[in-house]
Amino acid sequence: MSPANTDKPSMLKKAAAAKGMPMQNLEVDDHQVTVGQSFSDNAKMTMRNINVFYGDNQAIHDVSIDIAKNQVIAMIGPSGCGKSTFLRTLNRMNDTVEGCRVEGDIRMDGENLYAPKLDVVELRARVGMVFQKPNPFPKSIYDNVAYGAKIHGLADTRVDLDEIVENSLRKASLWKEVKERLHQPGTGLSGGQQQRLCIARAIAVSPEVILMDEPCSALDPIATARIEELIKELSENFTIAIVTHSMQQAARVSHRTAYFHLGKLIEVNPTEQVFTMPQHRLTEAYITGRFG
Amino acid sequence: MSKSVDNLAKIKHSLTRRNRAEARFRWYGRIAIFIGLSAVAVLFVDIISKGHGAFQATYINLDVSYNQDIIGIDNLMDSTQLVAGDWQALSKTALRTKFPQVSGRSDKRELNNLLSSGAGFDLKDRLMAKPLLLNETESIWILADDDIDTYYKSWLDGDAYAARLSEKQIGWIDELHQQDLIRLQLNTNLFTRGDSREPEQAGILGAVMGSILTLVLTLLLSFPIGVSAAIYLEEFAPKNKWTDFIEVNINNLAAVPSIIFGLLGLAIFINFFHVPRSVPIVGGLVLTLMILPTIIITSRAAIKSVPPSIREAALGMGASKYQMVLHHVLPLALPGMLTGAIIGMAQALGETAPLLMIGMVAFIVDIPGSFTDPATVLPVQIFLWADSPERAFIEKTSAAIMVLLTFLIIMNTSAVWLRKRLERHW
Repeated sequence: MSPANTDKPSMLKKAAAAKGMPMQNLEVDDHQVTVGQSFSDNAKMTMRNINVFYGDNQAIHDVSIDIAKNQVIAMIGPSGCGKSTFLRTLNRMNDTVEGCRVEGDIRMDGENLYAPKLDVVELRARVGMVFQKPNPFPKSIYDNVAYGAKIHGLADTRVDLDEIVENSLRKASLWKEVKERLHQPGTGLSGGQQQRLCIARAIAVSPEVILMDEPCSALDPIATARIEELIKELSENFTIAIVTHSMQQAARVSHRTAYFHLGKLIEVNPTEQVFTMPQHRLTEAYITGRFG
Repeated sequence: MSKSVDNLAKIKHSLTRRNRAEARFRWYGRIAIFIGLSAVAVLFVDIISKGHGAFQATYINLDVSYNQDIIGIDNLMDSTQLVAGDWQALSKTALRTKFPQVSGRSDKRELNNLLSSGAGFDLKDRLMAKPLLLNETESIWILADDDIDTYYKSWLDGDAYAARLSEKQIGWIDELHQQDLIRLQLNTNLFTRGDSREPEQAGILGAVMGSILTLVLTLLLSFPIGVSAAIYLEEFAPKNKWTDFIEVNINNLAAVPSIIFGLLGLAIFINFFHVPRSVPIVGGLVLTLMILPTIIITSRAAIKSVPPSIREAALGMGASKYQMVLHHVLPLALPGMLTGAIIGMAQALGETAPLLMIGMVAFIVDIPGSFTDPATVLPVQIFLWADSPERAFIEKTSAAIMVLLTFLIIMNTSAVWLRKRLERHW
């Protein structure tokens, strides 16, 4: 354990005590073993013994988990528990962070994602990402969606490109709203539309896996509902890993739920089970709202 | 209850104090703006009041007969004859025809001094442009000497400055004035000629061309180098002691006195690489060194202001770092970079000291046409004229300052306009 992490549990204890709740041990054992069903027979991505460091600070401790093909897996947990960091190891976005180091074995279809000869550009074409804050490029709606196809050379003709753009916007259920104004700036859309545009942009290059980092946290409930609907539809064709702060959202959209606590993976189980019969006392404490 | 009333009174009490402080601060601001604006106003009023006269010059109307015997030629196509021809005789003869009563050597010399010493060559140019005038006579406005120009302008303003004129010359000018044969005309020489020892013949075209050539080279060199350096440092370079060291030194360079860049240019470009002195190439190189730090610093600030979410979006789509920079960061940072470049160029346009070190302070009459022609630049021309003893150079100096300020205003306005125009909101 690094010293930076030691005072966090005591803070949680104080918070629990302040709320008048029964004192409970919220600390994690050093030899914590993840409970539940971490592994899957139908794994798209496999992660074994992942450790992530920011400088001297360890953000992820020995996490092993499988992400099953064409399923939605939700990562939940209190702020700072490392779920976003974990998500970003899957398309090596952590490479862009100064001083970040990833240890362990991450494979997609058996291929080592951290192999020296693997090109991150190819990886990120296969593992798309949707960010917390909608971040369309300050270009037209069309150019936003077409960008990935253009840089990866996926379309041979203008007609092909038009088709990719239309299909992606249809899949992101945005086509009807924007087909009349494809060449207006994507930044002129509403927040929810922008996030669906970002999803359309991500699926335009036909990735195998889509990572979503709290995709609805900046959106109102109606926009959130539409995105959640979309995630369910997309899970038929894509493998999706979503980080969320909303337990209701995790319950609504995911097949499996992983609970992170202080950089450790505490519990992985089918979503229904996590929210009805959590196996671990920390999971239970979190989903019953005792902290978070 | 009483406690809340108490609090309210305290808040009200502090409120008046806070409002007073704010009002005071506003007034400080207004006074500061006022001081700044009045300094600018004084500068402009002073320069314009001194320099506006330079845009007009005094001309004298004379009947010139282009007699081939007076000039001493018989063939306009023969270039050796043209060089040998006594062109000054044309204007002198015209003056003597106008004032036939003048006799005696010194009187004749005083009479000849009414006209610019370059008047003969102006008449030659006139004849070369219209060869049919040979052996004909025409009435033409001829440029007056600078002392006459100074006297006539000050006399028109009611405060005659006659220190350099004789009684007789003043009499002749009076006579010409009564006959409407002397007048002020637009001073085209100012915009069409290079420098001259004679104030009435001196123009700023040479200096303007020198400035333009120098600045074009400066822009062509400094913008690509500065922007590349900024992009590399901001997006590609690892953050370590070396890049910190480089950053500190770039900031140091931005504060180095410009004359030191002049010495550097003298030592490296002229003494080591043997670049010819006094030419726009060496001027452009030195000014490039001087404004590179400015361009790098402003470009880095522009790159930093691009939101990181755009970078993440591009990288997340599988763009390479180079594509991320080229497709997303650069277009968004470009308005800021251009603004920085224009501010740097404005700085370069106004720079004098380093150019003195590399010989651009030479007296150059010819108008430079290429990067390798000897040249001077606007601020150096201002320095040269301000340094000249002839009284007529006072208004020339102010006029040159007005031209320089005009260029600066145009550049800074275009910087603001470009930024507004290219700025994209997200």
